[in-house]
Amino acid sequence: MTEPTDVDHDVVVASRRRFLREGGALMGGAVLAGGLAGSEALAAADAASASNVPPNVPEWMKAPGDPVGSQLYGTPSPFEKGVVRNVPRNAAQYLSAASRTPLQDLDGIITPNGLFYERHHGGVPDIDPAQHRLMLHGLVDKPLIFTMDDIRRFPTESRIHFLECSGNPGYKKPYGRTASDLVGLLSCAEWTGVSLKLVLQEAGLQQAAKWVVAEGADAAALTRSIPIEKCLEDAMLVYSQNGERLRPQQGYPLRLLLPGFEGNMNVKWLRRLRVAAEPAYSREETSKYTDLMPDGSAREFTFYMEAKSIITRPSGGQRLSAPGFHEIGGIAWSGHGKIKRVDVSVDAGKSWQEAQLQEPVLTRALTRFRLPWQWDGRPAVIQSRATDETDYVQPTLAELLAVRGLNYFYHNNAIWPWRIAADGEVTNANA
Amino acid sequence: MRTRELYIAAFALLALMGASHAQAQSPYGIGRSATPAEIAGWNIDIDRDGNNLPPGSGSVSHGREVFDQQCAACHGAKGEGGIGDQLVGGQGTLATPKPVRTVGSYWPYAPTLFDYIRRAMPQNAPQSLSNDDVYAVSGYILNLNRLLPADATLDARTLSAIKMPNRNMFVSDPRPDVKNPACMTGC
Repeated sequence: MTEPTDVDHDVVVASRRRFLREGGALMGGAVLAGGLAGSEALAAADAASASNVPPNVPEWMKAPGDPVGSQLYGTPSPFEKGVVRNVPRNAAQYLSAASRTPLQDLDGIITPNGLFYERHHGGVPDIDPAQHRLMLHGLVDKPLIFTMDDIRRFPTESRIHFLECSGNPGYKKPYGRTASDLVGLLSCAEWTGVSLKLVLQEAGLQQAAKWVVAEGADAAALTRSIPIEKCLEDAMLVYSQNGERLRPQQGYPLRLLLPGFEGNMNVKWLRRLRVAAEPAYSREETSKYTDLMPDGSAREFTFYMEAKSIITRPSGGQRLSAPGFHEIGGIAWSGHGKIKRVDVSVDAGKSWQEAQLQEPVLTRALTRFRLPWQWDGRPAVIQSRATDETDYVQPTLAELLAVRGLNYFYHNNAIWPWRIAADGEVTNANA
Repeated sequence: MRTRELYIAAFALLALMGASHAQAQSPYGIGRSATPAEIAGWNIDIDRDGNNLPPGSGSVSHGREVFDQQCAACHGAKGEGGIGDQLVGGQGTLATPKPVRTVGSYWPYAPTLFDYIRRAMPQNAPQSLSNDDVYAVSGYILNLNRLLPADATLDARTLSAIKMPNRNMFVSDPRPDVKNPACMTGC
């Protein structure tokens, strides 16, 4: 318990290692092919070696491809095999651990279900939905038990929201190499389910109801307490993600969704809701997920993830092929609502320009931003700064450390600069 | 005839009132009632005051046996940590550059120990220990942290009475706690 379990100081990226092992020999060619060295460039290099480029006719045009139904559940092209979850190497154990979304390899605001970040506290349970039950009890007029069929009978609702782990990243060095290492405990999806308010009203809330204690059906029986205001505002019971049923890693068959609240509170494999007058003060809201201040006090019930952004392209581990035009792009998000603006600096923070936001700009969802940029080939430091609709501005790491100190661990929403060397290599400027 | 119509109207009105009352209770009529036995079987929450702690008890000395068999492999022979969290020591370190957060130094409420061990430990077989064993091993961990004598026996009453050293050190969330001036030029 010296460090909170979300600590991930020794991040080495599995996908990066695979990339280097399998693609290292092709790197030179890939970089010469232009743009960012990555899986696309590797594919291009492969193609070149097979003489499938003009003026030759590509080999895949000279014979029919796989027939319809070759894959009953489609998977990405084999050329994208490096785009996988980023699993820390040398973790003490992997039952209570996390894997990260490869943010630098993704576009848009929706995270593919297979790449959604994971944080489990007792492994991933294998739940038969026919035997899953949700119990709702405590300060209600009528304690109830629901089957999954019951839950799906309620009026449905779909909304797009991000989820972010509270420890993403910590405050102490060493920091990660890539965008995924730094803030990959972040994903965004379209969620479908029922408003928690409707389900609570079905049981009838009593006057003294101030909190709802949610419990998962995993081996950690993870328990968190949620203020009743949030439960009646925008909380959902979710059974589908991006159009299909939840994946086991995201809580199949039922999870809680608390838009803007730290990830662990969005209890997965939800089996029980106890309406109460007081919080549970569970282990996960006292010994963990509390923020230690320099004076030894600790902040508790720190629910919201504050406004944050990161440049994902170009970002750590990538390389600019040559001076000239490069679009700077990234993601911004806030647990307090919509992103209002994102500013980008390409001169180590001396000056900032407002970036363009990509529609849709949704509340408590990832928002894409972009800025056209002419790189002059000299070393540069680039970074982004988000402002949300409450006019809160994403702080610098120095500003956060001045208040919170190095032991705080959770809720680090600092601006994160990338250093671009003269040879185009992009590295973490804070490392 | 007239009387019969009145009866029908009155019955319809009563039925409507009944329906609207039922609607206020359960708008959709989805789900079934949970019985007290079903709730008791699933409600394993223990709050900070020890409410809902089950009957039973366990001695520190028995807790040591349980700990050696069930916990030491991950948490170390004396709770010094390993694959699992460090459970013992660290008092006085929270305001230093190397804070050591343990049950003794950081946890604000002793009943949480029973709640967490019963629901989640040992990691390979949660909810497998008897309530007596959970009391015993909770007592042993408290004893290792010098918060319970070696000859003590823990039960619902004695566990609820323990005052943890760090209980008054938790504060509410004051964020936003930083203000970036959002400089645009000449920064």
